[in-house]
Amino acid sequence: ENTKIRVKPDHSGVVTDGVKHSMNPFCEIAVEEAVKLKEKKLIKEVVAVSCGPTQVTETIRTALAMGCDRGIHVEVSGKDYEAMGPLQISKIFAALAKKEEASLIILGKQAIDDDCNQTGQMTAALLDWPQGTFASEVTIDGEKVKVVREIDGGLETIKISMPAVLTADLRLNTPRYATLPNIMKAKKKKIANMKPADLGVDMVSRVEVLRVDEPPTRLAGVKVETVDDLVAKLRANGTI
Amino acid sequence: MNQVVKAATVSGSDMANPLRSEVRQLYKNLLFLGREYPKGADYFSERLKSAFMKNKDVTDPKEIRKLVDRGEFVIKELEALYYLRKYRAMKKRYYEEELSTMLNIG
Repeated sequence: ENTKIRVKPDHSGVVTDGVKHSMNPFCEIAVEEAVKLKEKKLIKEVVAVSCGPTQVTETIRTALAMGCDRGIHVEVSGKDYEAMGPLQISKIFAALAKKEEASLIILGKQAIDDDCNQTGQMTAALLDWPQGTFASEVTIDGEKVKVVREIDGGLETIKISMPAVLTADLRLNTPRYATLPNIMKAKKKKIANMKPADLGVDMVSRVEVLRVDEPPTRLAGVKVETVDDLVAKLRANGTI
Repeated sequence: MNQVVKAATVSGSDMANPLRSEVRQLYKNLLFLGREYPKGADYFSERLKSAFMKNKDVTDPKEIRKLVDRGEFVIKELEALYYLRKYRAMKKRYYEEELSTMLNIG
């Protein structure tokens, strides 16, 4: 939250070198939910998956420290990593879900670096599984999942069959902190390593980034003395 | 950290021994948590060290127990601080923005 983000001089993207990477906040909530379900003995095993270069193993270690049983690191680096987006990730997740015979895929509703909000939905579509997105409450009831969803205008409750894809919203839970003792204990847990090609996934992007610019600088606010002044100003700039 | 651990072990009596490893682990855990402290990891580790050094001559196991419990409490406080900071940042970025767009301000 404290790092100043800078656009690269060639406007091809944002500078990521030297910027500390950590687990996407919405994914922390997803991991927490999965671990909670396991603690309630409603699911047998939680596998933490991350796609990217070597550094992502740190994020997988954090997930293991929070209580996941094992990890899978899908290695993507260089140009493939720069071009990687929801489509490629959802293809990887779909392939892994079949390979691992997963009954639930839980992920954050969106990543805070690209704000796509697509991976969960695309993964469900590729697998032809039902989806419970923007989940603020998850209840497993036999072979079905009851999901309360945050939508514009309120909350929607749905019941879907497993296997299913769920995406976590802010109010789903409070993620536990990965403390030092937990990180030490998690060192024994295994992280498997593989490449997208091992899963039969092609990483070719269908999207080309043309240009990245900083948002326009906000104009300074104007202070007014009275309510009449405020009304006059709002009228003058056409707001009312 | 070695100085602090030595101080804790040298001045502890035989009765304080079982608590030695607890104190050591508490220090390590707090140091680990302090990396994300808003005022900086260095600020935190300085104050952590002086807080432990201040109590290095305590020998009564009941007293040590109280101090360790206080340390555990600080751990919980820090976890809550970090969570709230993240939660508020996310809420501000993704939720209050919708509100201000609705009201046509900001």
